[in-house]
Amino acid sequence: MNMAVVKTLAESRTESRPAAGKTIPMVEFQDVSKRFGAGTGGAEVVALDEVGLVVPRGSVTGIIGRSGAGKSTLIRLVNGLEKPTSGKVLVDGTDVAGLDEKSLRSVRRSIGMIFQHFNLLSSRTAFDNIALPLEIAGVDKATIEKRVTPLLELVGLSDKRNRYPSELSGGQKQRIGIARALATEPKLLLSDEATSALDPETTRSILALLQKINRDLGLTVLLITHEMEVIKTIADHVAVIDGGRIVEQGPTFDVFTAHKHETTRALLGGLSGMHLPEFLTTRMTKNPVAGSRTILRVVFKGENATEPMLARLGSDLGIEVNIMAGAVDEIAGRPFGMLVVSLLAEAEKVDRARGFLADHGLSSEVLGYVR
Amino acid sequence: MSADILALLIKATGQTLYMVAVAGLIGSLFGIPLGVFLATSERGELFPAPSVNKVLGLIVNATRSTPFIILVVAIIPFTRAVAGTSIGTTAAIVPLTIATIPFVARLVETAIREVDPGLTEAARAMGASPMQIVFKVLLAEARPGIASALTLTIVSLIGYAAMVGAIGGGGLGDLGIRYGYQRFMPDVMAIVVLVLIILVQLVQSAGDRLARQFDKRNRPK
Repeated sequence: MNMAVVKTLAESRTESRPAAGKTIPMVEFQDVSKRFGAGTGGAEVVALDEVGLVVPRGSVTGIIGRSGAGKSTLIRLVNGLEKPTSGKVLVDGTDVAGLDEKSLRSVRRSIGMIFQHFNLLSSRTAFDNIALPLEIAGVDKATIEKRVTPLLELVGLSDKRNRYPSELSGGQKQRIGIARALATEPKLLLSDEATSALDPETTRSILALLQKINRDLGLTVLLITHEMEVIKTIADHVAVIDGGRIVEQGPTFDVFTAHKHETTRALLGGLSGMHLPEFLTTRMTKNPVAGSRTILRVVFKGENATEPMLARLGSDLGIEVNIMAGAVDEIAGRPFGMLVVSLLAEAEKVDRARGFLADHGLSSEVLGYVR
Repeated sequence: MSADILALLIKATGQTLYMVAVAGLIGSLFGIPLGVFLATSERGELFPAPSVNKVLGLIVNATRSTPFIILVVAIIPFTRAVAGTSIGTTAAIVPLTIATIPFVARLVETAIREVDPGLTEAARAMGASPMQIVFKVLLAEARPGIASALTLTIVSLIGYAAMVGAIGGGGLGDLGIRYGYQRFMPDVMAIVVLVLIILVQLVQSAGDRLARQFDKRNRPK
């Protein structure tokens, strides 16, 4: 991909950005509820319940949840494809819920969107698909040519310019979708499960492209997904949604390494080191019995992962430590390790050990007891 | 075959083509927008007007369930008001057009409904107005379906045009009935049928070629 192209695109964007806007978040949900079927006499479905959410300017914010958790509804509220039943949806300070169709259309031109199934027009070539939002905005032919060509280059598909979507692979289609979303030089990019229909390798390349766009063009990205991998790879902020409520949100590293909510834990199940080996789970009991060993999960975050804390448990406190399982992963670009250890010590000593670990910035969690 | 019969055949073919062309054109002119409206006017769609949709749907169904030959006779006063006469080739165009409009409308409605709703959503997300969505997305994407729909319409019109001999409309069907059947001239009947087969074949293969050309959905990678 061409760096010069990225640079020109980035420059043209910086000029149009208001300097004072730095402090307002790009998107803010204030007590947003959405109910379907209200007032029609049928069963009412609560899709979103009093949602409060902040998408910081310039961030990649991910919303993760199971299917049916309300993710799709949530992202569609941002560009007014859905209207909230109550509450405010502020995009760059403007409440989009209160806009009429006409003003909403101009707001939508400043928000790009990409989709799980790409939603490219089969009757248009790659070039003409990218040109569509510009045609809709009434941009003249010469300008369209000038805008679309560098976008094809940015997504690495200059040679596919005159190809129809049916002649492209899934990953190429999504690249065209991304180029199309960028055509009107938006300040915000919405991604609706953009990698869910792609294989793992293509997923990685699309995520890398999104990350590059976020960094180089300073574009805020709001994405919804059910894949932990996506969040782990590119989201610097995350919100966990369950049953129409945001149950946790904050910087990805913090939320994932010190998760408080059951849903987050369940979603994290896919992360390496979260699964306990079977020989442990089958033998583990909830309460200690005489002579049992305490099973502890110790979480290492980034910087403190290197210090030989476990060795010092032995030497300083005289506790015998056995390592049962462990893994090191990376979240939002920071190393994150987990060790499952067993301690042969009485409850009071285990507490001292945990206190010692906490003093050195390591969180731990008692998982159970094994005889 | 005598020169007289040949002249009659040429004249009848001309009348059939004339009726099919004019009725097809005017019928499509009204039928395509009606079809688009039927496909986009239910609750929550681009031009939500569920009650108008229902009424138009009823009228379309009523027209389509009336046998064509009865429609021809039933609307004679209307035909006279529009064409100035109720007899002849030009007069025959009126009932042909009236029958074509709902026919085209239903087929176009189906073609439009087959367009992936995700495309409409994507266009809305780009800030497209409902009219832009109709022209840039729905009609563009439904082109192969609409080409097939119009092909089917013209083929059916060729068949309908054979019935308007009843009001002096002339055409190939009329020639076949009056000479081939009533005057016991099986050779005329055979030739009329042959010409009709050739016409339908030509229309069908031209239409198919057009639909294929519009359809970019299954191109080899």
